Amino acid sequence: MTISVAMTVNGKSVSGKVEARTLLVQFLREHLGMTGTHVGCDTSQCGACVVDVDGRSVKSCTMLAVQAEGAKVITIEGLAASADKLHPMQEAFRDNHALQCGFCTPGMVMSAIDMVKRHNYQLDETTVRHELEGNLCRCTGYHNIVKAILAAAPAMKAAGV
Amino acid sequence: MTAATGIGARVKRKEDLRFLTGTGRYVDDLPLARATYAYFLRSPHAHAAIKGVDLSAAEKMPGVVAIFTGKDLAEAKVGSLICGWVVKDKHGQPHKAPPHPVLAADTVRYVGDPVAMVVANSHDEAKDAAEKIKVDYEVKPANVDLAKALGKGAAQVHAEAPGNLIYDWELGVKADVDAAFAKAAHVTKIDIVNNRLIPNAMEPRAAAAEYDKGTGQYTLWSTSQNPHVLRLILSAFVLGIPEHKLRVVAPDVGGGFGSKIFCYNEETAVCWAASRVGRPIKWTAERSESFMTDAHGRDHVTHAELALDKDGKFLALKVDTIANMGAYLSTFSTAVPTYLYATLLAGQYTTPLIYANVRAAVTHTAPVDAYRGAGRPEATFVVESIVSQAAKELKVDPAELRRKNFIPSTAFPYQTPVALQYDSGNYPPIIDEAIKIADYKGFESRRAEAKSRGKLRGIGFSSYIEACGLAPSQVIGQLGGGVGQWESAQLKFNPTGNVQVITGSHSHGQGHETTFAQIVSDKLGVPIENIEVVHGDTSTTTFGMGTYGSRSLAVGGSAIMKAADKIIAKGKKIAAHLMEASVDDVVFENGTFKVAGTDKNVPLGQAVFAAYVPHNYPLAELEPGMDENAFYDPANFVYPSGTQICEVEVDPDTGETQIVNFTAVDDFGNIINPMIVEGQVHGGIVQGVGQALLENAVYDKETGQLVSGSYMDYTMPRADDVPSFKLGYKVTPCPHNPLGVKGCGEAGAIAAPAAVMNAVRDALAPLGVTHVPMPATPLSVWQTIHGASRAAAE
Repeated sequence: MTISVAMTVNGKSVSGKVEARTLLVQFLREHLGMTGTHVGCDTSQCGACVVDVDGRSVKSCTMLAVQAEGAKVITIEGLAASADKLHPMQEAFRDNHALQCGFCTPGMVMSAIDMVKRHNYQLDETTVRHELEGNLCRCTGYHNIVKAILAAAPAMKAAGV
Repeated sequence: MTAATGIGARVKRKEDLRFLTGTGRYVDDLPLARATYAYFLRSPHAHAAIKGVDLSAAEKMPGVVAIFTGKDLAEAKVGSLICGWVVKDKHGQPHKAPPHPVLAADTVRYVGDPVAMVVANSHDEAKDAAEKIKVDYEVKPANVDLAKALGKGAAQVHAEAPGNLIYDWELGVKADVDAAFAKAAHVTKIDIVNNRLIPNAMEPRAAAAEYDKGTGQYTLWSTSQNPHVLRLILSAFVLGIPEHKLRVVAPDVGGGFGSKIFCYNEETAVCWAASRVGRPIKWTAERSESFMTDAHGRDHVTHAELALDKDGKFLALKVDTIANMGAYLSTFSTAVPTYLYATLLAGQYTTPLIYANVRAAVTHTAPVDAYRGAGRPEATFVVESIVSQAAKELKVDPAELRRKNFIPSTAFPYQTPVALQYDSGNYPPIIDEAIKIADYKGFESRRAEAKSRGKLRGIGFSSYIEACGLAPSQVIGQLGGGVGQWESAQLKFNPTGNVQVITGSHSHGQGHETTFAQIVSDKLGVPIENIEVVHGDTSTTTFGMGTYGSRSLAVGGSAIMKAADKIIAKGKKIAAHLMEASVDDVVFENGTFKVAGTDKNVPLGQAVFAAYVPHNYPLAELEPGMDENAFYDPANFVYPSGTQICEVEVDPDTGETQIVNFTAVDDFGNIINPMIVEGQVHGGIVQGVGQALLENAVYDKETGQLVSGSYMDYTMPRADDVPSFKLGYKVTPCPHNPLGVKGCGEAGAIAAPAAVMNAVRDALAPLGVTHVPMPATPLSVWQTIHGASRAAAE
């Protein structure tokens, strides 16, 4: 049995027919072909699938697609205005070499943006490291991710995002 | 023109834009029309006979396209997966080589051993159907405890390996070493377990395959570190598909760390079934499957003894190791605890005599193979643990004892007693720099201050050597390796002057698209934005050996340099023709051919254009086109070295260890992109810290169930488990490759476990503790502390 679902993803209205058990991340990846959001585990630990749902940071593998009915979803694909105009967090990740294989990166960037906003653009290293609890990276050793987030916080404030 | 993008520049990575905008293309992201999805039914038992498989209910499930079992593959004469490295035992006999079926038919040998593959219209339907397969298992006793695997009572894993012994191998002359021990003033002994690790690349393994009936062409997309090697194994040994009819593509790959080198069951089965199903088949591992079935790493039980004279000079080292191979021999498993381990036991020291005995055992656990460092972390852990322990016993400074025994810088090339000849190195300035950065002199006051807060502070050294840049092909052949270890490169210019750099290596996080472009930009003066690095597809790249063993720059980069030399040589001839000058008078500087002493010049782009539009061109002597190929076979391994210093604080009430300072000073030879190198070091260190403090693959010793089979149970390092790192460099260029480079990919993981564990041991030493099991989790440290205090009370 399928259920109709409709939501806004990165500003565009989308809809589809899904099984009740279809996860939000499956809907994004398999129904919409938006493969920027990744699946790295099956226990909601790794954070590769983090997206923004109605202003809240959500692991999209923990949410059913039907639960996002009517929601405004932002994914990694929706952050940059253009290839020349990245979000300050994306820019900071590039400037600080905060990514290697790139697999955890979408979730890292989405979590990091949420983190900066929740802390009102004021972060220190200890806070960033603690806040990254829900995102695993196997390549970078986190050193440069922490650096990037600390650099992005004032840049986001200055850019008003 | 190239200063900002050439060798030594911190060039921002070319690959980042796609990864940061969600437009990377990993195997699971591929849109394949009419795709089906595979799901593997796996053994829930560590050891059982398969008495029967009943598919009747499963076949009726919605969406099912096909179900294949081990019997189907056996009937189709699908070959065994292979182990590509023949290790000869101490009697000159090749290692025992039990078969490794793609799907188990008669017997399952570890939890996760695949039994059947269900192909359905969706992943969920395939999984639902797999649940309806009834397998009649006769459960048998499992052999799980490595320390007992070679003992009389252990359950047998394979009839082909009596007593579970794959080989009993040795290096060195035992009698000579024993004689040195007899004369020793002091002998230090240690018993260590090098804990089993699960690689955990963040992208789970995945495979997708498609068969074109019209051409007979198979295409396999795989999360592979070495697509050509995978194709070779599948073609020549397992599936019999001719190499030219099999295209293997490894697109963006989300980390490997060794685990994606090997030829695995799932990609083999998916490829084989593609022609039978007639539609593309996709498979992506769930994380729990990664835990169960990615080749694990490490897992040694070792006893080691170091003999020293009265002045603290090392006289001899002897090492006895049992290495776990798991249930089947993975692709390069046999080489890891032998040629990649025992050959590194000299470390940075002049130890004149070394004897190593390694026995490899099969057990009812997942296969074990190369994982970041592969053998070298295990060797470094032995050497650096025993050296620090000797320093403790002799009450000498651990840095001093190391210095006293370092190979002097004048001794290179240095022949070790364990086969390798170190090409270059200069160890004392490295440890000096590390000591300076880490403020070693201030440590005792920090220790006292920590004590006032109730914390136990300790400091640990690890001075590692590694052999990487695999490797001279003839040496590999002599040692039993089944492949060559050169690398290929092609520089394919387009008429408009931009260039494709085609490499046989593969990037899965290392940043080759940037580093290799920097080399070409530097060497040929081509703007970096006009350079495109191409890798990972057997149909668009020249045969290459792939990426592992920190080889891509030292070997692959050298191949690129060779190809660039050919471009310059051809360009000179074209430029000489255009300038009406003698070739001997033409020089190439900053991307331009010039005649010395004149203002005549031809930019490379003009020579390239002339080569493709050869209207004014020496066609009688020179072929058109600007497209050069090179293969580079290294003269030796490369030998990065370094010293790490780790400082920890242990909370004796909770057993929790916090790393408060971590310094790494490395000699990687010349550095192409310091930003990328630092990232490699950071990541390597954290994998090493993970091994030392957090990670442990645990099997239940009775049932063989993988207890640490998820991120809830297996402790991956998280951001708040580690500090920021202090790094430094010393440079002794590699003398035998054109870039003067060594490798940087594994160093962090090779050195860090010993640095951390030496620090923990140092922290606990005031309590009388000499042995701390790895990983030093809060529980094991707390138990160690309380065991020591109980012993002191008794």
